[in-house]
Amino acid sequence: MTRTGMSPLGLTREEIRRQIHLPWSEAFRISWRYVTIRLGRSLVTASTIFLSVAFLMAVCTMILAAKATGHAQEDPEAFAATMARYKWSVFLGFMICATGIISALLMSVTERFREIGTMKCLGALDEFIVRMFLIEASLMGLFGSLAGAIVGAVLMLLWAGFREGFSLWAKIPWGLKSPTGEWGFFAYFVASVLAGMILSVVSAILPAWRAAKLQAADALRTEI
Amino acid sequence: MAMEQMMPSGEMRERLQDAAKKLEPMMQQVSEFIVRTRDVHKVYLMGKVEVRALRGVTLDIKRGEYISIMGPSGSGKSTLFNMIGGLDKPTSGSVYINEVDLAQLDAYELAWLRCRTIGYIFQTFNLIPVMTALENVMLPMIFAGVPEDERRDRGMELLKRVGLSERWNHKPFELSGGQQQRVAIARALANDPAIILADEPTGNLDLRTGKEIIELLKELNQEKGVTVISATHDLKMIDVSDRVIWIRDGQIARIEDRSKIRVEAALEVEEALMEGELPDLP
Repeated sequence: MTRTGMSPLGLTREEIRRQIHLPWSEAFRISWRYVTIRLGRSLVTASTIFLSVAFLMAVCTMILAAKATGHAQEDPEAFAATMARYKWSVFLGFMICATGIISALLMSVTERFREIGTMKCLGALDEFIVRMFLIEASLMGLFGSLAGAIVGAVLMLLWAGFREGFSLWAKIPWGLKSPTGEWGFFAYFVASVLAGMILSVVSAILPAWRAAKLQAADALRTEI
Repeated sequence: MAMEQMMPSGEMRERLQDAAKKLEPMMQQVSEFIVRTRDVHKVYLMGKVEVRALRGVTLDIKRGEYISIMGPSGSGKSTLFNMIGGLDKPTSGSVYINEVDLAQLDAYELAWLRCRTIGYIFQTFNLIPVMTALENVMLPMIFAGVPEDERRDRGMELLKRVGLSERWNHKPFELSGGQQQRVAIARALANDPAIILADEPTGNLDLRTGKEIIELLKELNQEKGVTVISATHDLKMIDVSDRVIWIRDGQIARIEDRSKIRVEAALEVEEALMEGELPDLP
């Protein structure tokens, strides 16, 4: 419940709320710095996303390849059963990836307790801290997913090419939709990258909440 | 006849009320005491044991004073510091900054206060490691909504004042301890605060650098009239402080006026000399 009216500080509460803010551009700039400068830590988080999304994209590419060569249509039931198994594996992979991200980010929060406390002393609201962490997570998600999707797709295409002949590449629908109205390569690509980013942001919610709960007095603490 | 004519009409009353509302903040700023505590107690629970960190602290700090809070470890010095700085709430008693009771403020108002009224300096400098010196100084201004050009100008001005204008582009790991603390001081002054709170500002610095920092703080205190409140072990602070508050066991043991410190010591020496004794060196 938001309070309104005059604050003891001599301004209305609405004015006070308006006078503290962190523009998204600034939050983005700060988060970008954290991601690029603490590259080692960022890579650890991004690599789990990379692997999961690579797996996902590889499976999607495999679906397209199977349809292109006609194997999928030969025995639809067997195909569906195989696909179900793969989908389950991809899902498990994403779950494992999520726990990896959560651990890495929680560790990051613990390491940064002093900086976060200091920012609160400078006037940062809890939501600013959350914003910064979520932007960081989505940046790592974006880069990890992009790299993963590309590598996963390329590897699967090469493998399918070696097994079934490279002519199948011409038969794959590269655009958004295939002639039969199903998903094309680009659609799968975008969906995989989005899945990775969403995974990253959702995993970051708990660590971001923990970070926001840190107090300004933590800036003075001398131990972790 | 006179009474009805003297009572303000509805419109007049509104205008008076508006004027009073506008004067309110100004009235608050004219208060002589910038920080007041009233019987502040703080009790911590460490597991099942109650730790009474502060046991009834009452003090008044005037605008523009330079105050040192001194005491041994565990005396409640840091706890008192946290109370005054709005970093923690007392278990009982009140803390007033500019006559505003901190307990009445919500999260937004506290953030506003920390952003604009108080500047913090820490023993561990606490600069954001991924930002340059200038960006660190600009950060409080970002939270205060200052436009980019003004931020930059003011940031460079402050860095110049603390003597670091050529190092504006350096990150904290490229600066020495003393330089980092100077950046921290510039950052604390970013939004022209009324109070600077310094927690062991010279704790991680060598003797000479510590002295420079103390001198810088005193200069700023005199130039800008900003109240400086420092919790410290450093005896070098005594010289520049207007008053020294000695804390022991969660209570104020003594408040010394600097002029009195000098005068009393000098008197003691004089007396001893007159008696023909060799006085203890102060």
